[in-house]
Amino acid sequence: MSVDAATVRKIASLARIAVTDGDVEAMVPELNNILGWIEQLGEVNTDGVAPLAAVIPNHQRLRADVVTDGNIRDKVLANAPQAEHGFFAVPKVIE
Amino acid sequence: MAGITDLGIAGIRDGFRAGEFSAREVAEAFNGAVASAKALNAFIIETPDHAIAAAEVADKARGAGELLPLSGVPLGIKDLFCTAGYQTTAASNILGGFTPPYESTVTGKLFAAGAGMLGKLNLDQFAMGSSNETSAFGNVVSPWRRNDGGNAALAPGGSSGGSSSAIAARIVPAATGTDTGGSIRQPAAFTGITGIKPTYGRCSRFGIVAFASSLDQAGAMAQDVRDSAILLEAMSGFDPKDSTSLEVSVPQWEVGLSSNLKGKKVGIPKEYRVDNMPAEIDTLWQKGIEWLRDAGAEIVDISLPHTRYALPTYYIIAPAEASSNLARYDGVRYGLRDLPDGANLQDMYAATRAAGFGPEVKRRILIGTYVLSAGFYDAYYTKAQKVRALIARDFEEAFKQVDILLTPTAPSAAFALGEKSADPLEMYLNDVFTVPASLAGVPAMSVPAGLDSKGLPLGLQIIGRPLDEQGVLNAGLAIEERAGFTARPQNWWAK
Repeated sequence: MSVDAATVRKIASLARIAVTDGDVEAMVPELNNILGWIEQLGEVNTDGVAPLAAVIPNHQRLRADVVTDGNIRDKVLANAPQAEHGFFAVPKVIE
Repeated sequence: MAGITDLGIAGIRDGFRAGEFSAREVAEAFNGAVASAKALNAFIIETPDHAIAAAEVADKARGAGELLPLSGVPLGIKDLFCTAGYQTTAASNILGGFTPPYESTVTGKLFAAGAGMLGKLNLDQFAMGSSNETSAFGNVVSPWRRNDGGNAALAPGGSSGGSSSAIAARIVPAATGTDTGGSIRQPAAFTGITGIKPTYGRCSRFGIVAFASSLDQAGAMAQDVRDSAILLEAMSGFDPKDSTSLEVSVPQWEVGLSSNLKGKKVGIPKEYRVDNMPAEIDTLWQKGIEWLRDAGAEIVDISLPHTRYALPTYYIIAPAEASSNLARYDGVRYGLRDLPDGANLQDMYAATRAAGFGPEVKRRILIGTYVLSAGFYDAYYTKAQKVRALIARDFEEAFKQVDILLTPTAPSAAFALGEKSADPLEMYLNDVFTVPASLAGVPAMSVPAGLDSKGLPLGLQIIGRPLDEQGVLNAGLAIEERAGFTARPQNWWAK
């Protein structure tokens, strides 16, 4: 499998990263080089092997369903590029 | 007598307790060393006030007889750990201006144990890199130089290159690192220091800027094995704020140190003998085998058959997790916002991320997005998770026969800055020996073992069973005692 310019534009759009034509042109061979190298995994017989998600056996812990923090609105907003009236502010999203 | 800045953690702790110097003298000596070593570019910010404040507390505590494990010891902190009230950037512009209102669990533990902070150490952007050339704050330079008379600036390794450079230059006694595919061990090997990545889940990930969460693990970087044991002990422990944190007690690794390996079996995996590896590294590996035999261990040849698939597996799983983790940088809640005239919300996301992420970070996000996208998920991501299971099984099988494994840490000594940065794939290949243990989640460390013909440090890697950091540290100590590695870089950086 290899990617072309249209695919790179599509994944950049999915990843919400703006790209110029020059970026795309540079990325196509770079990504194909890496993806081509990754393809060697196809050689490995993985029939009947369960995909590994958690490497060290662990269990999901439950805890009491109670509030353990909160009331820190100002801290939460302190690093926002734009905060108004106690909210994060973004460009208008509804016409 | 050696100067204060020649001392490591144990030397400072013990000298301070014995009344040879005050904590304030220690903090001032290291603050001075940090301030004079700008040429290394090891720090993103310096925090001398934090170090002094902790030292004052330590001096009072000594007077009152209330000393803590790290009282009087200042540390460098990799700028991937959130530090309350101190800028945290992950070496990326996208976190420009971010000052965490909370403390990472690991730094919280270190400060609660009495340590102070000398500054936030430079790194590869989002810990993605093996040479420290992807930082938005410029390359870190290794204090080491080749002995060929040239002055080529060398890579300190990555991603914890600020940590490795600063320790090797003796401007910090020790530092935190993080390791996703070798980011503690490879820089340790490149700079002649010691670095240990513990079992996945030993150190809390809470408050560490996430890269690839199933692999990310904090660890200790220091002058020697004893200091690594002390620092790791203070960093480790169960944390309910991290769902993958292991609910197990932390052994007293320093107390348990012993270089007597009688009764231990050491496995030598034949797959780590790769093409184009310099003969010097192979020779050093043989020496390491002899040193461990001399320490009482039995040497056993073993096989880890899926080793060669570890890197391509890693370069699917790590970018996939990164593309998901880094989705949080949206220009809304923290960090950079780029809002072109007339832009809507989607444009703002795309412009912010284009402006904020460096080229390597973008490359990995795009690869991750691609391998997770509809139609490719099974062919790439699920396949990689299956191969990861086989790699982990290789280690399980090996540890039925042996107690620890010995390998080289990296396939080369430090390379020059710029030498590999043009080809991402060539850079990735430098992690060939460190990535398998990361994929398997097992503890691994690098200890300095010798110099190559150009006068540059080489490291040996020790890999252990899950939760057997003690076995890893003990084998490391056995090598350290026999290698007698005392080489130091010549000081060209101090101003």
